[in-house]
Amino acid sequence: MWYELSGVFVEKTLGVQGALADALHFFLYDTVKIGLLLVSIIFMVSFLRTWVNTEYVRAHLQGKSVMYGHVGASLFGIITPFCSCSAIPLFLGFIQARIPLGITFSYLISAPMNNEVAIAMLFGLFGWKITLAYIGFGLCVAIVGGWLIGRLGLEQEILMEVQPIAGQLEAHLVSLSLRDRAKEAWDYTFDIFKKIYIFVMIGVALGAWIHGYIPTEFIARYTGEGNPFAVVIAVLMGIPMYSNAAGVMPLIEVLTSKGMLLGTALSFMMAVTALSLPEALILKKIISLKLIGVFFAIVGSGIIAIGYLFNLII
Amino acid sequence: MKIEILGTGCAKCRQLEAVVKEAVAKSGRFAHIEKVDDIMKIMEYQVVSTPGLVIDGKVVSTGKVLSVDEVTALLK
Repeated sequence: MWYELSGVFVEKTLGVQGALADALHFFLYDTVKIGLLLVSIIFMVSFLRTWVNTEYVRAHLQGKSVMYGHVGASLFGIITPFCSCSAIPLFLGFIQARIPLGITFSYLISAPMNNEVAIAMLFGLFGWKITLAYIGFGLCVAIVGGWLIGRLGLEQEILMEVQPIAGQLEAHLVSLSLRDRAKEAWDYTFDIFKKIYIFVMIGVALGAWIHGYIPTEFIARYTGEGNPFAVVIAVLMGIPMYSNAAGVMPLIEVLTSKGMLLGTALSFMMAVTALSLPEALILKKIISLKLIGVFFAIVGSGIIAIGYLFNLII
Repeated sequence: MKIEILGTGCAKCRQLEAVVKEAVAKSGRFAHIEKVDDIMKIMEYQVVSTPGLVIDGKVVSTGKVLSVDEVTALLK
């Protein structure tokens, strides 16, 4: 309905025609739609999040079996917030609680990848099927990747001596009234929205321009079936883009509508969120370059494999 | 009263520090405010998500920037 309405507004009220009308319509439609979705999805996730915090996750994962640990850590990664600036206390805190290195990595891979902004953007731009594929494959990378890192026995690559906590930590869920939870969730939503919306607008504007002016054959040749290395290039390009996930995704949507393969798009988006250069630089202070290399190599190849697999299936 | 803000120098930690200073100033109480950025010290408080807020040795909040009102309520 909003699609038709915004179209009528551009053509009749503004009296614009042709490629410009196309681009304007697209911009108006997408920014409003994504804006609404961002607000509602971020609100829902942050509302649920008021029940758990990272301290709870740590206590919960302590002393669990390998299988439960990897799966649990990856699942908790969806719901808990993650900021690359708290990667160090998180990492050391998990080790301190004697949670194995591999399980710590499962969490560290899943948490930034399954963040609420990425999920909201995906849902708004690509629909629920692609969103579920993203989350599902993302969990696989986190579980298998973390497990592999754990199997490699790289514990001596942690550069800081951590004194383990004796005994079992107690896990307490946060107790708050529903009203306080809603308020906290709303504050958080507003805060995030303020920060990212400008990037969303820029991303959609660029996307709208591509949508209206760049020929489909051009995009298909470089990002579609014509380029067998597209997935690998997409993953490499995704590494330095973490902070702008919200701005990058609208561009990807336009590229897919013009012939970029979906698997390539999926790989790119996963690389943007899961492989982050700033996070690697922060982790560098507490773990060796070798371990960071292993982490990036394992996650990167997992993501590339998913891209090719997805391109083959669809 | 001793208030400690735990954080390794991220933007949110500085925000929380500013909020705490404002809340203390408004309350008119005397409080010693200290920014803790030593990771080992943060770990001793068993905090895994920064910024953390510690009042008189007790962890009262982790992983979020509180509002001035919330901090004022915690000061009482």
